[in-house]
Amino acid sequence: MAQPSQVMVADADRVRAEFPILGRETRPGVPLVYLDSAATSQKPRKVIDAMTQFYERQNANIHRGVYQLAEEATQAHESARARIAQFIGARSPREIVFTRNTTEAINLVAHSWGRSSLVRGDVILLTEMEHHSNLVPWQMLAAERDLRLEFVPIAEDGRLDLEAYGALLELRPRLVGFAHMSNMLGTINPAKEITELAHQAGALVLLDAAQSVPHLPVHAADLDVDFLAFSGHKMCGPTGIGVLYGRESLLEAMPPFLGGGDMIKRVHLREFVPNEIPFKFEAGTPAIAEAIGLGAAVDFLCEIGMQSVLAHEQSLVAYAMQRLEEVPGLRLYGPEADERGGVTSFTMQGIHPHDVAQILDQHGVAVRAGHHCAMPIHERYGIPASTRASYYLYNTLADVDRLIEGLNQACEIFG
Amino acid sequence: MDDLYREQIIDRYKRPQMRGVLEPHDYTYEDDNPLCGDRIRIDVRVDESGHIHEAAFSGQGCAISQASADLLTESIIGKSVEEVKAVGKEQVLDLLGIELGPVRLKCALLSLKVLKAGLYGMEALEEELI
Repeated sequence: MAQPSQVMVADADRVRAEFPILGRETRPGVPLVYLDSAATSQKPRKVIDAMTQFYERQNANIHRGVYQLAEEATQAHESARARIAQFIGARSPREIVFTRNTTEAINLVAHSWGRSSLVRGDVILLTEMEHHSNLVPWQMLAAERDLRLEFVPIAEDGRLDLEAYGALLELRPRLVGFAHMSNMLGTINPAKEITELAHQAGALVLLDAAQSVPHLPVHAADLDVDFLAFSGHKMCGPTGIGVLYGRESLLEAMPPFLGGGDMIKRVHLREFVPNEIPFKFEAGTPAIAEAIGLGAAVDFLCEIGMQSVLAHEQSLVAYAMQRLEEVPGLRLYGPEADERGGVTSFTMQGIHPHDVAQILDQHGVAVRAGHHCAMPIHERYGIPASTRASYYLYNTLADVDRLIEGLNQACEIFG
Repeated sequence: MDDLYREQIIDRYKRPQMRGVLEPHDYTYEDDNPLCGDRIRIDVRVDESGHIHEAAFSGQGCAISQASADLLTESIIGKSVEEVKAVGKEQVLDLLGIELGPVRLKCALLSLKVLKAGLYGMEALEEELI
């Protein structure tokens, strides 16, 4: 791996200048060090401006009006869809369904595909490292349909146990659902290999890409996944917009999710004819400005290049892991730097994660403390909670240094 | 620098005075705050006149939750059950002597919630219902 200084996003100061919030102080005299991008990312000027521009210049409902404004709004919305499709390697914009977020996208699959395809005794294979959003919808469906849920275990080094995965595939699951990258361990899972094996066993694949699409190049068609879900707000875009990518033939065959306006072709008093995909799954007036904002976020990330974003984060995480090891009593979870994205979760001997986060906050360092919507991973490691520092394209080595200073002070206070 | 981590809180967290388990007890309850994994149990023994003469807490969690449990448990010795039922959150915050935001308030008040649930007979109620 190259030295940090060689692969950092070309000009960190220039990138940081694009994010207005990074100019603020946490409290007077304490600059903000934002290390919680795995929860939500900050937003560049370009995204904020695109949304403001829409409201100031183009706001109208879409897919309806015949007037100039409505046509411009529709065009801006559908252009965003097309750029997002290209960004994640979809074959066509028809494969891009707008949702509120990753959670809603996964719920859409469970409700629509799950309810129309699964019967009593069918197996859904998930993993122990899933976010709650890829567990609870399946638990709900399993209770309703009497399905069997199985889980690929996490090996001690924080990677999935692929040998156990092979054995579990003999149960002939109907669906294999897994996180591309763990939001707690940072593990980047071998999505292509896992998908190929799932397909050989006759299963469909749902990839939770909430942590991968923002941080590394993801190509849905190349990975050959059947469904892929992600959120706009973790990738420099606004909240309230997410995406379900679905293989076209599957989306065509699936029944609608929510009913209402825009998802129909014709409605009579007692029946309706659903619209074409992807509109069939988009009932009601959607988050138009948010879709346009996400389109701008994709443009922003493309200008920098996802390969550069990944390289930048991997160099940051390698440096962070090396510095974290210097902190007395600190235990870091997850795999080696070359198999993880920009996430470091840890516990400290004798100091609760909440206390760690609170002391870091005094230094202006924003981290997450708790279970990060991944309670089963914490159970797996026998800990109630952890502290998580996560990194993005606007973070620097100096941010990591500030984190370490804060942790050393926590050791002093509690020592 | 850290107002939140005044000496008293760190000291109580590291060297609690009231940590332990009372078996048998007259009142007990245990609860957790799933958001952060704080867990507290409080056991209480009462004399013939209805006054608390022994109390102890056990559990794990952040410094605020554990120090709060230690201080609260200590403060109720010698008080009647009825008096302790009337203890409010302001009194716990006075014991801690710090200002807290809404998230940490839950940590600080878990012990009071557990103590009151015990004194109001939650455990007996749960056994009866479940």
